[in-house]
Amino acid sequence: MSNKFYENPVIKWIEYRLPIFSFIDESVGSGYPTPKNLNYWWNFGSLAGIVLTIMIVTGIVLAMSYTPHVDYAFESVERIMRDVNYGWLMRYIHMNGGSMFFLLVYIHMFRGLYYGSYKEPRELLWIIGVFIILAMMATAFMGYVLPWGQQSFWAATVITNLFSAVPLIGDSIVTWLWGGFSVDNPTLNRFFSFHYLLPFVIFALVFVHLWALHVHKSNNPIGVDIKGPQDTIPFHPYYTMKDLYGLGVFMIFFMFFVFFAPNFFAEPDNYIKANPLVTPTHIVPEWYFLPAYAVLRAVPDIWFISAKLGGVIAMFGFTLVLLLLPWLDRSPVRSARFRPIYRQFFWVFFIDCIILGWVGANTPDAVFHGIPFLWIGRAATVYYFAHFLILIPLISILEKPKMPPQSISAAVTGTASKGAE
Amino acid sequence: MSETASNDDKTRRDFLLLSTIAVGAVGSGLAVWPFVDSMNPAADTLALSTTEVDLEPIEEGQSITVVWQGKPVFVRHRTAEEIKAAEAVALEDLIDPQADKDRVKKSEWLIMVGICTHLGCIPLGQKASDPKGEFGGWFCPCHGSHYDTSGRIRKGPAPKNLPVPAYQYLTDTTVKIG
Repeated sequence: MSNKFYENPVIKWIEYRLPIFSFIDESVGSGYPTPKNLNYWWNFGSLAGIVLTIMIVTGIVLAMSYTPHVDYAFESVERIMRDVNYGWLMRYIHMNGGSMFFLLVYIHMFRGLYYGSYKEPRELLWIIGVFIILAMMATAFMGYVLPWGQQSFWAATVITNLFSAVPLIGDSIVTWLWGGFSVDNPTLNRFFSFHYLLPFVIFALVFVHLWALHVHKSNNPIGVDIKGPQDTIPFHPYYTMKDLYGLGVFMIFFMFFVFFAPNFFAEPDNYIKANPLVTPTHIVPEWYFLPAYAVLRAVPDIWFISAKLGGVIAMFGFTLVLLLLPWLDRSPVRSARFRPIYRQFFWVFFIDCIILGWVGANTPDAVFHGIPFLWIGRAATVYYFAHFLILIPLISILEKPKMPPQSISAAVTGTASKGAE
Repeated sequence: MSETASNDDKTRRDFLLLSTIAVGAVGSGLAVWPFVDSMNPAADTLALSTTEVDLEPIEEGQSITVVWQGKPVFVRHRTAEEIKAAEAVALEDLIDPQADKDRVKKSEWLIMVGICTHLGCIPLGQKASDPKGEFGGWFCPCHGSHYDTSGRIRKGPAPKNLPVPAYQYLTDTTVKIG
């Protein structure tokens, strides 16, 4: 930031006591040097941050009209939709915002996988990110329960029952989670409490995520370290503008759903009030949980581990395996641009995740052209884990990567070939 | 001599440090417990722990669902064929082996918690028009578990039979569940 700004006596007075202006400037301003070759895949982190803020703001407003009680929750949501001024807008933004948040974060994660953003020295940055997605999953699940529709109730029942798979103490854990002997008013109350708390935990984790990011700065499409000022441009105005442009494009996409297809991601059953005595014929989670749901159902009885316990372990492993990734991938080259074999397997892995989602959306006894979905799900689950535990370590040892450019600057100015000679 | 003194001093300090940490850890653990236990079922929730059922109006071949502790309990007045089918099954054929006589007090009345032991859905089969699965009992639509006329798991992902709650006959036609 210009020296003129800091000469302002008010700014000067505050800055001397609390250096907040230089802190902001060094975090997201002209004082933060950023690789000059970032492409649009680097927009998704800041977009996710903006959606988190939108979720918190709409959520606080919704909480003012929502009643977390089994007798009133469903009706209070309908009241928000019909009677509260702009309640429909707040709810539809919040409802679709959840889907948008996961979409952005999934793209952000695939970006990290493609360009090797999890590698040394950004291992902790990646691990904090995994904790963020775990906290997001818990928050989204509990938020889905709050409208107290049929899908809400049965999602809560099925997911809390997963914990009964824990040997010996499983049933006690489930009773403790419920605060009773079934999903009921105490359960709804505590889910509301946690659903309000967790976004602030996510906010804190995002802060730590950014803290770790700012130590070694952003990775970039060629995955070569910043070697000096010639490789960077200031975050403001260059990337603030680029992020704002991306925000504009994203908001068109987001608001299309809010205004023209608000229930696109929703299940019609959730507009039926929760009934503990009738299970809907088809329970299906929100789209962003479909791959994990497919993994949960894919596991058969193995040895002494029941299908139920095995499924639960696999479902948690589905996300937790990401924690090991920085040590499973031993290739010194970060970006898949210079890793011909890994690049192909990245796309196979991407398709595998899509297949898992597609399997999760179907009943296990359904059949696709003569192949039961159960078997497709099992194959895709085995491949998912094999990708991390077998393929990535093997590829990283056996692959001969191409030579990346000597520096970001060399790649941008086209002097890479000269440097290589 | 001075070395011995400093060694003594060191072990004494180590002891003080370790015992302080131990007491602190135990104290913190004890302080956490009320917060954890506050999430367990409250006294009024526990007080709703029994339900009485009048069996008189239930005809043979009919089922009713009553609510006990917020959970559905299936009460079925079984037909002679159903009883025969349940008793005829060899224990080796069962996923969770249990004889029919161990699941009922009077063989015409089958009383059990109507919650699938897989992931907690309510199996179908209470109404005459419901699908009853391949074994003529109950069928869970969520993930395809089949239960027989004794409520035992026969096919599908559920690991256990439908649980039989504690209950007693107050009179010949009244049952107290819980």
